[in-house]
Amino acid sequence: MLVNGTARDVAAAPETRLSLVLRDALGLVGTKSGCDAGDCGACTVLLDGKQVCACLVPLAQAEGGAVLTVEGLAALSLGAALQRAFLAHGAAQCGFCTPGMLLAAMELLAVEPRPAVAAVEVALGGVLCRCTGYRKIIDAVCAAHSFLDAPAVVLPAAGAAVGARMPRADGQPKVDGAEVYGADAAPADALWLRPVRSPHAHARFTLGDCAPLYARHPGLVRVLTAADVPGRNGFGIYPDIKDQAVFAAGLVRYRGDTVCALVGERAAVEAIAVAELPIVWEVLPALADPGAALAPGAPALHDRWPDNVLTTGRLACGDVDAALAGAAHVAEGAWQTGFVEHAYIEPEAGWARRVGDRIEVHASTQAPYMDLEEVAGVLGIPQSAVRIVPTACGGGFGGKLDVAVQPMIAVAAWVLRRPVRAVWTRGESMASSTKRHPARITARAGCDAAGRLVGFEFEGVYDTGAYASWGPTVAGRVPAHSTGPYRMPHARSRARAVLTNNPPSGAFRGFGVPQAAIAQEALWDKLADAAGLDRLEFRVLNALRRGDATATGQVIAHSVGLVECLEALRPRWRELRAEAARANARGGLLRHGVGVACMWYGIGNTGMSNPSTMRVTLAPEGRLVFHNGAVDIGQGSTSVLLQVVADAVGLPVADFALVLGDTDLTADAGKTSASRQTFVSGRAALEAGLALRDAILLRANAGPEARLALEAGRLLVDGRAIALEAPLEGIGRFDPPTVPMDADGQGSPYATYGFAAQLAALAVDTELGTVRLDRIVAAHDVGRAINPMLVEGQIEGGIAQGIGLALLEEYLPGRTENLHDYLIPTIGDVPVIENILIEDPEPLGPYGAKGIGEPALVPTAPAIFSAIRDATGAEITRVPALPHRVLEALRT
Amino acid sequence: MTAYHRPGTLAEALALLAAAPAPPLLLAGGTDVYPARAGAAAWGRAPDARAVLDLSAIAGLASIEDRGDHHRIGAGVTWAGLRDAALPAWFDGLRAAAGKVGGAQVQNRGTLLGNLCNASPAADGVPPLLALDATVELAGVRGVRRLSLGAFILGNRRTALAADELAVALLVPKASAEAVAGFEKLGARAYLVISIVMVAAVLEAPGGRIARARLAVGACSEVAQRLPALEAALEGVAPAEAAQVVQPAHLAGLAPIGDVRATADYRQEAAVVLLRRLLARLAAPLRVAA
Repeated sequence: MLVNGTARDVAAAPETRLSLVLRDALGLVGTKSGCDAGDCGACTVLLDGKQVCACLVPLAQAEGGAVLTVEGLAALSLGAALQRAFLAHGAAQCGFCTPGMLLAAMELLAVEPRPAVAAVEVALGGVLCRCTGYRKIIDAVCAAHSFLDAPAVVLPAAGAAVGARMPRADGQPKVDGAEVYGADAAPADALWLRPVRSPHAHARFTLGDCAPLYARHPGLVRVLTAADVPGRNGFGIYPDIKDQAVFAAGLVRYRGDTVCALVGERAAVEAIAVAELPIVWEVLPALADPGAALAPGAPALHDRWPDNVLTTGRLACGDVDAALAGAAHVAEGAWQTGFVEHAYIEPEAGWARRVGDRIEVHASTQAPYMDLEEVAGVLGIPQSAVRIVPTACGGGFGGKLDVAVQPMIAVAAWVLRRPVRAVWTRGESMASSTKRHPARITARAGCDAAGRLVGFEFEGVYDTGAYASWGPTVAGRVPAHSTGPYRMPHARSRARAVLTNNPPSGAFRGFGVPQAAIAQEALWDKLADAAGLDRLEFRVLNALRRGDATATGQVIAHSVGLVECLEALRPRWRELRAEAARANARGGLLRHGVGVACMWYGIGNTGMSNPSTMRVTLAPEGRLVFHNGAVDIGQGSTSVLLQVVADAVGLPVADFALVLGDTDLTADAGKTSASRQTFVSGRAALEAGLALRDAILLRANAGPEARLALEAGRLLVDGRAIALEAPLEGIGRFDPPTVPMDADGQGSPYATYGFAAQLAALAVDTELGTVRLDRIVAAHDVGRAINPMLVEGQIEGGIAQGIGLALLEEYLPGRTENLHDYLIPTIGDVPVIENILIEDPEPLGPYGAKGIGEPALVPTAPAIFSAIRDATGAEITRVPALPHRVLEALRT
Repeated sequence: MTAYHRPGTLAEALALLAAAPAPPLLLAGGTDVYPARAGAAAWGRAPDARAVLDLSAIAGLASIEDRGDHHRIGAGVTWAGLRDAALPAWFDGLRAAAGKVGGAQVQNRGTLLGNLCNASPAADGVPPLLALDATVELAGVRGVRRLSLGAFILGNRRTALAADELAVALLVPKASAEAVAGFEKLGARAYLVISIVMVAAVLEAPGGRIARARLAVGACSEVAQRLPALEAALEGVAPAEAAQVVQPAHLAGLAPIGDVRATADYRQEAAVVLLRRLLARLAAPLRVAA
């Protein structure tokens, strides 16, 4: 083959997937494997100028051909221009789909250097992205030609980083293929670990004598079982709930649960059929949904929770019954949502090795210090004996907050004293990983004659699956958010997380709040209609304002930009509604509508400590290092925190070297979840930067306004060279102040909240029930946009996931365990998005900033359903709104 | 490691096939073979141990040829090759289908014949080819035979291909010069989507009246079906009125299933809607021609 212009000889079986040959034989790991089925396009390369999924091409068919991979782009002027365009436009987030996107775009640009949007969509339609919402990718491809002669990127000067649309600090390796994800590197002598998964939702099993298996497969080194786990055979998010076994001890509780693992030479473990294992199953009846699990006499999944209720979260304030009895208008409804799969394009992967009496785990994760605690626990060793080195993370969205490969490869490497690696297949990733909780919600709300909300009640049953995971977090967060961002004097909410024999429901962008928002926002539309108010104005009327108390009794004194969001949307609301009315007046089978929905989201853990520590050092020879333990899963924390620390110190971002993630080298920054990194770690980075600056100023005996510079390794303070005898450092720590909630959910669970409102404009095909999205307008109060381009990227990506939640995505165990039956939005499914950034500063946040990760997703689905209601009057109560469900809703 | 053969001529391929101790896995574009392997690997099913007969290097199969009264589409023709080919208007439906299979990567590799041999109920190539009255040419050491597409696909993942045969070409009889054709695919998302329902039509309406209507519906039965009752009802109808002719009873022979994509009732109903829309859309150029 001619690979990136160089002739390469490869000796491999002719049917070997080209993707494997490129990655394993040629070391070109920039080509990613996401599904091995042509469903995701991550492995897209050009073969003789045509885009192909390298996972579908047998090596024999590439023989003599010319292959272009991401590693070959920089040498081509067009390729280099496209890479620069991706960086400048923020088109790469986690970066895992980026090589495929770049190569698919190259095929198009070769024939159409200045393509139209429609042509870009067709060309890139076969590559899935879960992070970006695609719009910035389209922009980058359309603009690539203008980067042919573009100068190098100019990074912000000292003091000008915050607020700059700076390209990602970790962007270059994402566009040139050099980024190392979980499956991209491991010691050459690493053994492969392949778990054996339960095909049953509930069963007992025994594993017989494996001696014949070893005899048949000499490359099989060990079948690891529960008996091999040296420490506690259990993991789980909560310190007191370690209910999920590394290897099941004779009982599996969901399809995908881990029975045992095969460890050995790769070819050997891949050649073993599960049917060869001496497993004897006794299949047990399964609790398929919360209804069955809550039924009187239902068997308990775990002895610890005899009624199968894992957690109940509550909120109670005022007198709801009286308030609703006296309300001028009351609306109610019932809604049901399904399991939603994270569908990060990078399946779980990593490797581990034992180094003396320590264990080192390199894996794709959102929470290195939680991984550290889990690994120490399952190995029965001190936490100081564990080192977690996060690899680049190809998307997380909450799904990589739970451990996956980590405990298994740690046990294997510890027991066998050999490096061990594992890469989940797409199917097993989907079957075994956590999901968004399916919710069954009933809710009722009332307002007075003027449209002011007076009372609200909410009952949510959340299917938490077979193990606790983040179920308690969801049950705790939902009631606090259940009223939405509105003044609500009387409220009563209950959310229960119920155990079933389904996949564990865990953390997924929003922790149960998006499901609740679907119910809330539907009620507001109904009440607005009943009160004769415009739906947007109804929300303005009831929106929380600075100084208001929430239903949890918390007075929010600062940074409540919801009214500003709604007011910013108002002109577009009127224009889009007028457009829809004109279109509807023309008649036809398409009915046009515009919807609106709001959201609030508490940043950080719910009424719990969640500190972050950041450190920045300046060595005598002038090396300036930012030690940042926050994991960037694509959302951009590496860049945002750098921008914060740079301005705090007063030196340009280009002066900083980065040390990221490694638990031996960075302090605990907490997990990348709850939209907390910009706010919590950002504040810690600010404090660290200010502390270093103070140390420098003290050393230089300079005033607070002094200008710093680093030139050729020399520190200059107001132009004066300052020699350092010893390193200086700044350490910053921040733990957002909260007050835990009491039994009635009263407290101050979050130090700050994100607010947003979104509009959706769409058309419903009244004969087919299909929905065509025309536009989303999103207004988000982010406190301060540290990097507006990355903020927009979060909003657009969140909207894309909200579209999936609303219209496409439903995980059904055993039925949609791949990316062609489980549908996430493609490049043609995300409409034009208009972003409006509102900056109502949060005094606790760095430079006024707060979080955006989850807020972006929450309002999208309710806005879409609001628009469907506006267009047709149809009430969507079963989510996702697949065409047949929309059609059914149109007729009821 | 399994045996892997990639013959350069049809004769060689057929000889290998005839001599094979067990039926080999036939591999063309790989767009169905490799996904099936991924599904098996995820659940630890036994790896496919069949020998592989790679058909992609066989000379002379990758072209579309005008053979006077018909076009011959070789087994090596990919979706992209078909999509981008300059062909008469009666191929418009088939070419539209080719542009809606998978994404561009699958279109660049997957072959039309492979799609037929895979025989999925949701195969996008089948309804347009049924509407074109396509014939499948099968070759073996015993000789060549031709089967109508309806006789070739027997059921879900079942065809009439014998163990010692290869499907080498599709023969598409020519329609009249003024024939028009179209394809409608309904899926839940824009790209990379398995059809909920798809319909195809070829209409010939010389003199402003439909002389011959050929229509087929896919993903609504184990094998896509032609609609003879509807075709008969459309004869003599003005194209502009054709859409109104379609009645649910015309689709009585379908037997859709309910699955993760849609309910059975929805499919049955959506097929009617798609047929009406396709006929309405096709009426526009016909009106001009008339």
